[in-house]
Amino acid sequence: MKLCYQMDEKYEMIRMAAREFAEGEIKPVAGELDEKEEFSVSLTQQMGDIGLFGMTVPEEHGGQGLDYISYIIAVEEIARVDGSQAATLAAGNSLGIDPIDKFGSESQCRKYLPDLCQGKTLMGFGLTEPNAGSDAGATSTTAVKEGDSWVINGRKTMTTNANTPITKGSIVQAITGARPDGKPDYTCFIVENGTPGFTLNTMKRKFMWRGSNTAELFFNNCRVSNDAVLGNPGDGFKQMLATLDGGRLSIGAMGIGCAQGAYEAALRYSKERIQFGRPICKQQAIAFKLADMELKIELARNLLYKACWLAENKRPFGKEAAMSKLYCSEIAREVADEAVQIHGGYGLFKDYDVERFYRDQRLLQIGEGTSEILRIVISRAIGC
Amino acid sequence: MNIIVTVKQVPDTHEVKIDPKTGALIREGVPSIINPEDKNAIEEALRLKKSSDDGEVTVLSMGPLQAESTLREALSMGVDRAILVSDRAFAGADTLATSYTLSMAIKKIERYDLILCGSQTIDGETGQVGPQLAEWLDLPQATHAEEINIQGNLVTVKSNFDSVTRVMEMKTPALITVSNRINKPRYKHMNKVLRAYRDKAVVTWSKEDLKLNPIRIGLNGSPTWVRKTFVHSHSRDGIVVEKPAANCAEDILDFILEKALLKL
Amino acid sequence: MPVIVHEEKCTGCKLCVAACPYTVISMQEEKAVLLPGCTYCGACIDTCEFGAITFEDFQGRLCMDVALFKGTHVFIEHDNQTASKVSLELLGKARGLADEFSRQGKDQLVTAILIGYELGDMADELIAYGADHVIVVNDESFKMYRTDIYTKAIVQIAGVKKPEILLFGATAQGRDLAPRIASRLRTGLTADCTALEICKDEGILLQTKPAFGGNMMVTIACPDNRPQMATVRPGVMKKYPRDPDKIGTKEVMKIDLDENDFIIHIRDIMASTKKHVKLEDAEIIVAGGHGVNNQQGLKILETLSDELGAELGASRAAVDEGWIGQDHQIGQTGKTVQPDLYIACGISGSLQHLAGISQSKYIIAINTDRKAPIVSASDVTFIGDLFQIVPVLKDKIREYKKRTD
Repeated sequence: MKLCYQMDEKYEMIRMAAREFAEGEIKPVAGELDEKEEFSVSLTQQMGDIGLFGMTVPEEHGGQGLDYISYIIAVEEIARVDGSQAATLAAGNSLGIDPIDKFGSESQCRKYLPDLCQGKTLMGFGLTEPNAGSDAGATSTTAVKEGDSWVINGRKTMTTNANTPITKGSIVQAITGARPDGKPDYTCFIVENGTPGFTLNTMKRKFMWRGSNTAELFFNNCRVSNDAVLGNPGDGFKQMLATLDGGRLSIGAMGIGCAQGAYEAALRYSKERIQFGRPICKQQAIAFKLADMELKIELARNLLYKACWLAENKRPFGKEAAMSKLYCSEIAREVADEAVQIHGGYGLFKDYDVERFYRDQRLLQIGEGTSEILRIVISRAIGC
Repeated sequence: MNIIVTVKQVPDTHEVKIDPKTGALIREGVPSIINPEDKNAIEEALRLKKSSDDGEVTVLSMGPLQAESTLREALSMGVDRAILVSDRAFAGADTLATSYTLSMAIKKIERYDLILCGSQTIDGETGQVGPQLAEWLDLPQATHAEEINIQGNLVTVKSNFDSVTRVMEMKTPALITVSNRINKPRYKHMNKVLRAYRDKAVVTWSKEDLKLNPIRIGLNGSPTWVRKTFVHSHSRDGIVVEKPAANCAEDILDFILEKALLKL
Repeated sequence: MPVIVHEEKCTGCKLCVAACPYTVISMQEEKAVLLPGCTYCGACIDTCEFGAITFEDFQGRLCMDVALFKGTHVFIEHDNQTASKVSLELLGKARGLADEFSRQGKDQLVTAILIGYELGDMADELIAYGADHVIVVNDESFKMYRTDIYTKAIVQIAGVKKPEILLFGATAQGRDLAPRIASRLRTGLTADCTALEICKDEGILLQTKPAFGGNMMVTIACPDNRPQMATVRPGVMKKYPRDPDKIGTKEVMKIDLDENDFIIHIRDIMASTKKHVKLEDAEIIVAGGHGVNNQQGLKILETLSDELGAELGASRAAVDEGWIGQDHQIGQTGKTVQPDLYIACGISGSLQHLAGISQSKYIIAINTDRKAPIVSASDVTFIGDLFQIVPVLKDKIREYKKRTD
């Protein structure tokens, strides 16, 4: 029998290391980057300098050789300070690096991972299309084999990290034929920026994650060689599902980080703000809100860490990943919302971080599986 | 270039609260951290090591066994070796007994060219252990260094000495205490954290491992004793003064002088 | 607790002779022999590699023969022309301690230790400022402060004179030097004291210093070792009023130096330009808000800030107006500061600003509005026009500094 709620000291050191960096380097500029809607190459590379990219990639591939929970803690800590940088980091790791590490050929790993793991380059993951969001089956981007190369046509949208000055390229899923049962066959390609026929457009005017990069990808007779195929032709769907399961954990971590940051800001504020002659944290209406926030974060974290433990121990974790992402993102909304409420009118101004947390949390219930899709995943897993 | 860096685990004084009734320090829930200027010393050691061809950086600390986490933190910054000198017999040591015990550990380490310390700790705020250690080891010293350069066995140190900057030169081995202006300590690298726990050990030395003179260690080896601790209780009074400008200025100066806030 | 030499173990290596600060060990027929006057400091015991020297009847804790020590010695810092202010403050304090001793029926002399080269009439000045006796070391080697030979000189003086109390300014020099001396003399040292008094019952020195970032005060005693050593924070003690008629004695001492004593070489001494520190590390901050009206207003604050050796801060209102750069902004969206003194000029004290300054030790506000939120967040608020108060305050500080220099 074994039940242990004490985390190894190593994890606390990972947390401290990420926190020091987030508070020292990200916090002073997060508000400004958000306001200017500006992606920061320098912060991304600094994150690379302290080993925040490729955390779960084996050391021999140029990664940091850590386990999944370490990665989750790091994302949590960055998100506690800034959702935008956490987005760059989580997408970079879970969507840009992970698929190559897991499914890429040895030469693809050697070619891309060392730079990606040092934060020198980024890789996008193009899945969503204008007409294929939750309904991934509606994908219409195609790739046709011509001799030793493939010709890609179509369009992807809302792809994180795809069009930064240091983006190397994107992993793109395309239909490459039909299976005997009539369903489409999917293949993933690594398409480098600058490839003829591949153009990009950065999507501006977001109201959240404004310091992160989001782009549209256009493929017009874009020709790539056979070496660009990730893994084997036809593996695309399987690869996507596996990638999303992992990605969901990191979105969960962003939810907890966001909630934690908003909660701490609200708690601090409630001790300073005097109304009716005493700090508002001494007033039950506010105190109960704070108690609920603490409770929700604790529950969410327990669920997420358990999912990580399952993943780490190679047990099925699809349901738990979906549950974690769903719950963590929903409590992020609730906590950020109450944090603004506790700040009162001040919480509506950019002077206070909760304003940014309140906006940034909103993506979490949409990206990498909407809350509705996640409920489908969970209900299927329990046999509905 | 072999460098020893002495470090101390301290409570984060920003988080320390005082019980207003008893005047006692509330340490509960206060995180223990590596003394901030010791991190500058580690950073400088790593920098100097990099600029020389070989050698290693060893961190040395005296404290309870819990201080191991502080040494792991130093390992996470990239130092090569960590040694914790820990024994109940060392408890209650003042700066003389502490510097003596550290000096005996350093004699056991034997090979070193440079000892770096933070200028002072944020808990005791004495800044004494560095120079006292230098004296026990009969080494030249420089305090409050803001720049260190090494060529061969010559160390050049630039120190801020109140209103002047002094440039000093000495031969290795030497002891230097560094100011927090000397550098910006690096952040811990994720992979280094992993290696600090997976590949490295914190070596612990107890009383028996060192050739100590029992009259110089712990409480009994400490000439100074704490007689009492107390708090200047201070809440904002919100006093309002309305006077002619010249009298206001006079009052402000008096306030500054009374609280000994004027730096001359 | 006498010290004994075990002749059979003594190899005649003479290490103990060099280590004894009180020069009471001599060699007779290749063996160490103790002369009268041993203080039981134990330095010889630490040094002997053969276990040939021990305490007889050791009771667990080393207790020096404290009765051998008398008087208060003050180390004088100077620029070869005038003594530093803190040194005069220490003489004043030493006088006060001597008075306290005499009330307890113990007459104690105040001795100034003056080390340097071509020192002019400084010794007479020290007498005028309260010294009964001045020990003068006048030698070209001591022209500039050096840790190595200054340590040797003071240890030699302390060895001969056996002071009960030995004081230093808590300056860069004092804090560089005193610890080395304390180690060599095997005695206690308290850093950065803000209060010194004589314990009525035991007649020992009680030394009070701040600790834990000023959160707490600690009183420390050194009951069993001598001298009782302390470094004392500048600006805390009062100088003794200068009395040119005061009588005192002078004594010239020679320090035996050889080339091995010079282990630290001074290559250059440069005047430090005023170094601006980060607002987060500043000890005093003068900050302006909307009430300074314009960039010119902030310039006026800057003159005060320079006079105080402070840093200049600003509220968000002043930054938004473009009167000063954003790196000076204090508050929720700017920096959180914790100086010893925060002077808020023309700052109303919005919540987001107060969040950034609440950790300050003392807050003084200058404001025209007695209903502004800054009032209840400050120790004292002066209601008035900052353009009238600040220039006068600056002048008064300047005058005070001249007066006391």
